[in-house]
Amino acid sequence: MTAVPVHRRGLLAPLARIARSDKLVTAALALLALLIAAAALAPLITQHDPDAVDLSATLSGSTPEHLLGADQSGRDVLSRLIYGARTGLLGPLMVVIVSTALGTLLGVAAAWYGGVVDSVLSRAMELVFSFPALLLAIILVAVLGTGLTAPVIAMSVAYAPYVGRLARGVALQEKARPYIQAYRVQGWSGWVICVKHLLPNIAPLILAQSAINFGYALMDLAALSFLGFGVQPPTADWGAMINEGSPSLLQGAVLPALAPGVAIVVTVVAFSVVGESIADRVARREQR
Amino acid sequence: MTAPLLDVENLTVRLAQGRAARPVLHGVSLHVAQGEAVGLVGESGSGKSVTCRAALGLLPEGAAATGALRLDGDDVLTMSPARLRELRRQDVSMVFQDPRASINPLRRIGDFVTEGMRAGGVPRKDALRRAAELLESVGIREPRAALRRYPHEFSGGMLQRVMIAGALAGEPRLLLADEPTTALDVTTQAEVISILTRLQAERGMGMLFVTHDLELAAAICDRIYVMYAGRIVESQTAEGLFGRPRHPYTTGLLAATPRLESDRAPRGVPGRPLSLAEAPDGCAFAARCAHALPRCGEGEPAPRDIEGAQVACLRAEELIHD
Amino acid sequence: MAGLLLRRAGGIAVTLLVTSFLVFGSVHLAPGDPASFLLGGRSASPAAVAAIKEQYHLNDPFLVQYAKWIGGVVTGDFGKSAQFRQDVAGLVMARLPTTLWLIGYAALLIVIGGLAFGAVAALRRGVVDRLVLVGTGIATATPSFVAAIGLISLFSVQLGWFPAFGNGSGLGDRVHHLTLPAAALALTFVGLLARVTRTAMLEELGREHVEVARSRGVPGSDVVRRHVLRNALGPISTVTGTVVAGLLVATSIVETAFGLSGVGQLLVSSVTVKDFPVVQAVSLLVVLAFVTANLVVDLLHPLIDPRLTRPKGGTA
Repeated sequence: MTAVPVHRRGLLAPLARIARSDKLVTAALALLALLIAAAALAPLITQHDPDAVDLSATLSGSTPEHLLGADQSGRDVLSRLIYGARTGLLGPLMVVIVSTALGTLLGVAAAWYGGVVDSVLSRAMELVFSFPALLLAIILVAVLGTGLTAPVIAMSVAYAPYVGRLARGVALQEKARPYIQAYRVQGWSGWVICVKHLLPNIAPLILAQSAINFGYALMDLAALSFLGFGVQPPTADWGAMINEGSPSLLQGAVLPALAPGVAIVVTVVAFSVVGESIADRVARREQR
Repeated sequence: MTAPLLDVENLTVRLAQGRAARPVLHGVSLHVAQGEAVGLVGESGSGKSVTCRAALGLLPEGAAATGALRLDGDDVLTMSPARLRELRRQDVSMVFQDPRASINPLRRIGDFVTEGMRAGGVPRKDALRRAAELLESVGIREPRAALRRYPHEFSGGMLQRVMIAGALAGEPRLLLADEPTTALDVTTQAEVISILTRLQAERGMGMLFVTHDLELAAAICDRIYVMYAGRIVESQTAEGLFGRPRHPYTTGLLAATPRLESDRAPRGVPGRPLSLAEAPDGCAFAARCAHALPRCGEGEPAPRDIEGAQVACLRAEELIHD
Repeated sequence: MAGLLLRRAGGIAVTLLVTSFLVFGSVHLAPGDPASFLLGGRSASPAAVAAIKEQYHLNDPFLVQYAKWIGGVVTGDFGKSAQFRQDVAGLVMARLPTTLWLIGYAALLIVIGGLAFGAVAALRRGVVDRLVLVGTGIATATPSFVAAIGLISLFSVQLGWFPAFGNGSGLGDRVHHLTLPAAALALTFVGLLARVTRTAMLEELGREHVEVARSRGVPGSDVVRRHVLRNALGPISTVTGTVVAGLLVATSIVETAFGLSGVGQLLVSSVTVKDFPVVQAVSLLVVLAFVTANLVVDLLHPLIDPRLTRPKGGTA
């Protein structure tokens, strides 16, 4: 455990290095890049308006006109899938940004100050742990109403302790290392040491956790949309598409519900592949 | 001389790692007779533990062995799994280095001591009674109560006694001891050694005692093998080894041992120990040897008999000193 | 031990009190007039509104309202549902059996499947291990409602083996009806538990005491059972506890997907119509299940690992 402190490394540099080393991770990163590009360029690459109703195409199955078929209202599934990637990625992105910032702040503060601050923060995080994320979101929806706001706030709060616990653990380890002690002896302020030296060294692990959390947030937000609590129709959203498409299952039309389902699974798998490989690399670096 | 209890003949072990097979033992031959205590001495990585474990048929994962390793004439290397389990339960057992790591921390002492007997079909009650006797014989007080306790309630020394009791449960004829005192406090080392040697003598077991401590080996063993980089470089009686070490490596090891009665400061062996995989052609010790000649690098020296000692050094006759 | 239990029970009581306050408080903060939610948007005479306000103590200060509610909760009175005009306790109790059956069935699948796949992967390195890793990777990324889609379209629509909707009555019929929902609910967690089991067992397989057991002639299956699996139980039980506790809320998705009338579905429909007394009661139930499961796991741990047992008469 003689990890050398790492300074000022580009945030994406480790991703690039990982991508070069492992085909699976390369594929996952490529897929995510493709997804992000598709979401951003949705109006340019889709053939149909995602909300355009064409009752003649209702539950058509795969045709040259509608590659993934059309749903019960005759809307093009592929176009809705591509537009759905927008909310599908935006929601988890907000959750991950907020929960990572909040969790890192709480975790590092708990580790750095210790004592009463630590025990209060740790208790608070434990309390949130005893509250399932989905329940928190459902209650918040009851209070704030449906839409993306309540689920995103709820997930951000619910995921923060996961990041917080991790950040606290690694920050405690890191804080005990001689180089941090040396900076303290030299009279640097705790704030400066944390931001300039501690954070860069615990960042890779937190990044890994956040990538994995992205997948889980995507699943949870999609579940809330599926329950009808998230983005409201007719906006295209993967979870909502599954909800709308499931009655057609019994009529034998699988695509309207299955296509968004597959999209969710593939995206979540890609995020966890990336997250796990970052975590693996950090673990291997620690072992050396 | 009757056939030895353990007879290792030209044992070579290779680790298949990736494409390149890495050798860890090369042409090791040794024997242990009934009732005899034999030392196997060398630095870490010299292959002494691998040799010792091979006697139980335990080879490192993916390892291939050639040569023979016979117990009472039966080759351990070619035994069926069932026969091998029987051998481990009844004929050969081992005392490991770190009792804290070697005894399952979540199970009771009684479970540990009786495990081998139970696997051999001894009824639970009988096994427990026998375990209590064994614990008593290694000097654990209130053995009946100890059977129901957990490893974390014992000190390292006490736990090593438990380990010895467990090793004796199958009434083995050969006891392997792999650095049994290295992980213990100095004060408890002597007690454990005396228990080990007393029981070995009482039960007439053969013992292969692996250690890096040449003096400890000399104190308790009849004969000693010295290993370096996967090969045996010298073997002779304990007194002989101390009085007239033949191999430059043995001489170096002896000189490196701090002595109370001598004014001379201990001298380390220069350089670092090699593993067999790194060793060049010829004598593996040549690179660290003060007496090495160019010819030491050509061809591996075969062990030769010199006045009762087996020595694998080209210059052994010339270098008798001190 | 008794002291520990007492302290833990106290901790649970505090957690429940805090969460009940948070749940009650957040619902209270909801924008809009609570009385109009309770009326469900129906227009009513001022007299009816006054009656509603009286019944739900809406004229009292917030803390008094909370005190009255929590006082009722302690005696099993969770108030009246605005949606069904029935006692909340009765509503929940009527739906509990279906949910408990579903959770129990899923928990069984999770434990059996998770342990089996995890153990097989740990013990058969190579192709089998890689297959399990890929399978569990996909399983953990499959939310229950996606699994539901796949299961319904394959086993109900294509093959017609299992019904896609309904609770079923009687043991056999219930199991028949709940098989697909339980499988959908379990899938993610089977993957999770399998991965945890695999990692824990691999870690134990590398330990010295496992090699020592082998060196003593103990048959392989006994070594796995008594040393590898036995010692891996710690992390396995922790994850199982969290997962099973979380099922009570995860079930709301599956009950919705399969049209089962259970507690989860009740929660969802109550949120939709802002039937707050029901939301509050079910939320408390979920949190209670969560903390209870954690308590059970914590109490199990000293049995699994004797090193965690406090010495008799010890402090703290």
